[in-house]
Amino acid sequence: MARVVVDVMLKPEILDPQGQAVQRALPRLGYEGIADVRQGKRFELEVEGPVDDAALARIHEMAETFLANTVIEDFTVKVENAEESK
Amino acid sequence: MTARIGVVTFPGTLDDQDALRAVRVAGAEPVSLWHRDKDLHQVDAVVLAGGFSYGDYLRAGAISRFSPVMETVIEQAKAGMPVLGICNGFQILTEAHLLPGAMLRNNHLHFICRDQTLRVENAETAWTSDYSAGQEISVPLKNMDGRYTADEHTLDELEAEGRVAFRYLGGNPNGSLRDIAGITNAAGNVVGLMPHPEHAVEPLIGTGRTDGLGFFTSIIKKLVNA
Repeated sequence: MARVVVDVMLKPEILDPQGQAVQRALPRLGYEGIADVRQGKRFELEVEGPVDDAALARIHEMAETFLANTVIEDFTVKVENAEESK
Repeated sequence: MTARIGVVTFPGTLDDQDALRAVRVAGAEPVSLWHRDKDLHQVDAVVLAGGFSYGDYLRAGAISRFSPVMETVIEQAKAGMPVLGICNGFQILTEAHLLPGAMLRNNHLHFICRDQTLRVENAETAWTSDYSAGQEISVPLKNMDGRYTADEHTLDELEAEGRVAFRYLGGNPNGSLRDIAGITNAAGNVVGLMPHPEHAVEPLIGTGRTDGLGFFTSIIKKLVNA
């Protein structure tokens, strides 16, 4: 079975207070030198059958209408371990 | 004849009983609607109540927006049926694109629960005609994801068209852009806001005032005079 990963991130212009809270905690924990943190979501989809253009088109549609809210978020779709699925 | 006003219950909805009660206190007939039932049971208007439908999983309102009842609500709202979204209901309306923009985590990352003063900016919607423009009201506010966000173009358009229906007064509680607490669609039949008018309809509970009752008396007047 092939895995397709959809990463969803807030758009760059959208304030991410969760990422900021993580970033502010880092020096206290001894991790210096991290200028900015932005937090996102990762969806791992285990796809039945071949990950062909049609399947990827459907996943793209799913990401656009459901997994991400494109008013505030951007997303990327990538196929993992594609060689094993062939 | 009195108006029939439906209140939708999703898994995780919390404020449906208060919304049904507010409808009754205002003088209309409350009708419970179920998320899996596409049938709106001949209601004249729909309230999407507050809570944490589907645990706010994915994004607040993102899963509820695809429920069977919403198919009919979206279709009917586009045809002019009045719809009021309160808190999670507002989040559902933005996820369904019946209202523009989106709701994000409060900028201070804390759950907020307090009485909130609002200014009614638009008293011409189906749900606000019993108020006057510029009127200040106080109703409870309680949420985690209350930060209204939209791009600059959308915000300018909302302002220019008078579609900012409510603004926060006395300090912005969550980082909402331009202090926006609630908005309306262009037709004025679909209104969403984060604060909770249904918790402020009787003097004995909530804020001790009845500032929220106007939402429900407004819609009844509109429906009965229609």
